Amino acid sequence: MRITFRHALLAGALCAMAGGALAQETMRVGIVTFITGPGAGPFGIPARDAAQIIIEAINAGSLPAPYNSKGIGGAQVEMILVDEAGPATQVVQEYRNLVERRNVDAVVGYVSSGNCLGVAPVAEELKKLTVFFDCGTPRIFEESPKQFVFRTAAHAVMDNVAAARYILQRTPNLKSYAGINQNYAWGQDSWRDFTLAMQALRPGSKVTTEQWPKLMAGQFNSEISALLLSNADVVHTSLWGGDLESFIVQASGRQLEKKSKVLHTAGEQIMFRMADKIPNGTIMGARGPYGVFARDNELNRWFQVQYRAKAGVPPIYAAYHMANGLFGLKAAADKAMKAAGKRPTQDQIIKAFEGLEFEAPGLTVRMALSKGHQAVTETAIGTYQYDPATKTGKLVDVVRYPAECVNPPDGVDSISWLKGGMKGAKCQ
Amino acid sequence: MQLAATIILDGFVYAAWLFIVAVGLTLVFGVMKILNVAHGQFYSIGAYATASLVGLWFAQGLAPVGAYLMMVVAALLSGLIVGFVLERFILRYIYGRDEVVGALATYAVFLILEDAVRLSWGTGAFLAPQPRELLGISSLGELTISNYDLFLIAVAIVVGLLFWWGLNRTRLGRLLRAVIHDREMAQAFGVNVNKMFTITFIIGGILGALGGALTAPVISVSPGIGVEVIVLAFAVVVIGGMGSVGGALIGALIVGVARAMAVHLAPNLELFVIYAVMAAVLAFRPFGLFAPAGARKI
Repeated sequence: MRITFRHALLAGALCAMAGGALAQETMRVGIVTFITGPGAGPFGIPARDAAQIIIEAINAGSLPAPYNSKGIGGAQVEMILVDEAGPATQVVQEYRNLVERRNVDAVVGYVSSGNCLGVAPVAEELKKLTVFFDCGTPRIFEESPKQFVFRTAAHAVMDNVAAARYILQRTPNLKSYAGINQNYAWGQDSWRDFTLAMQALRPGSKVTTEQWPKLMAGQFNSEISALLLSNADVVHTSLWGGDLESFIVQASGRQLEKKSKVLHTAGEQIMFRMADKIPNGTIMGARGPYGVFARDNELNRWFQVQYRAKAGVPPIYAAYHMANGLFGLKAAADKAMKAAGKRPTQDQIIKAFEGLEFEAPGLTVRMALSKGHQAVTETAIGTYQYDPATKTGKLVDVVRYPAECVNPPDGVDSISWLKGGMKGAKCQ
Repeated sequence: MQLAATIILDGFVYAAWLFIVAVGLTLVFGVMKILNVAHGQFYSIGAYATASLVGLWFAQGLAPVGAYLMMVVAALLSGLIVGFVLERFILRYIYGRDEVVGALATYAVFLILEDAVRLSWGTGAFLAPQPRELLGISSLGELTISNYDLFLIAVAIVVGLLFWWGLNRTRLGRLLRAVIHDREMAQAFGVNVNKMFTITFIIGGILGALGGALTAPVISVSPGIGVEVIVLAFAVVVIGGMGSVGGALIGALIVGVARAMAVHLAPNLELFVIYAVMAAVLAFRPFGLFAPAGARKI
């Protein structure tokens, strides 16, 4: 058959139409998490696995209700995975590449608090819907309000206020405490929030020592000596990943737990891997009601089964945080589509996202702070106990704290709330 | 008194670890004039190999004391295999070039090995605490100390003595010293410099891997552990004087004690203290405390 100019023109037009239709029905979502480096094992890979499971189910329409419609806002999701490893400048550049070159419709990402602090102003500059799924520093929205940025996990104030409440309930005669936290945004903010909460709840309690190892130091010999000599009633730490594991090996090897109660605000991430290495009586949080703390709902049952099938282990809190991010995005986009009657624009999704309340595996998330851009959730803390018979660990003496008990009210920044004695907290 | 004793003990433990890791780096620089940035990966591979072999050893239910043998085997195999391959197929092509070329080439090797480690062992972490647990604990006043830390100090002393004996009392050591002093002259006298380079690089690699092997029972062996180590080892080597084994020992002691003092007396300075010491030393001794005197060539 002879191909004429008219045939070529027609074919071109058809291709353009098909391409346009495809582009309309596809939502490109950048997923940014640690694929390499020290953050990959404890956070990045579980989060990536969770994203793959959920996006696959979103596209197939196989999620439990209320997420059983296909796609996000009617569009199939194309996942673009980007490694979060590297210095903050490189992470910010990768974000720009995602938005400006790869034309993503939304970004769900970021484990590191430092990276979130770097990306947030760029997201505002580029006017791109960005959902932080894991990073903990409360400074993201408290330093300046954001229009395009959301965070679907509660910030670290919740972890540390809950930790302070729990430890004071369990140690009525507490007089002193010490801390070991990594010397960067996450560790500094965690320790500040914990000390402020302790000052509010137990005025007069003393800090015996505060240790600031470098991120990924791995060796804590001198720090553990300082903690042992300080004779504190409680040792607070927000260590994570390899540092957390190394600290537990080194500290339990020198019987720190016999001198002080040890409290890990982010300890749940290693409780399966290090089951027989964690001393009984260690207090652990999961940065929210995740993992072993997750409530039984249909989404959680689905998530547990799917995640175990893919990863071969139970999901830890980083996986749950990613689930929050994607379910939040879908809930907002689907709500916006329902209101608009067609595929929603970014502005419509943002409007629907603000103040949204949505279901996620094991909990309800409310976008209640910072003009509806920052989530609050309930949280839970428990005490570790190892069962030699089953060779597994479990958390006992679990206490749940409602969101209003451990998060500042809307419009009040965390530090003012903590310094003011946590006024308005509702713990009953 | 308790505080002073604790600072000295903590400082010596950290110094012992630093010395074992840094001495291989300074040896390679002294003999080959190559700043081996890939040294951190010898450490990393040694740690991973130890975690795997020790895990395998205990999984077989074999005598626990054999775990220490596994650590030595892991260090020897890692240093020997990786060291030989790197020297034979990469470094041999850059001898005689500017020192910057050596640093860049070994940095590239560092990145390649980082990925190779990830491909081999994955992104997860490994634990091998048994050798540490087996040695038990002791008391120093109010302080509980791990006997494994004392074992580290003993190993560092043995490594230092072996180094002294090897360099001063053996034929190979004399040949190495001749190469360190003047490579061209040594070659003119019939020393097989290429062979010396191969041996030196393998010994350096084994020492780096030994550092990793000895650290594996203490830490969570996870991706990226080689990065921190090369920075610290480099600081020690620079303080002591690049190429000086005695300098590495003194540098490790200064850094170890300074860090322990910071942790106990001013924890906020911990992050900064090692580099402050390095800057202070370089301000007065730009080539480090014990930099070998270089013969002036005309």
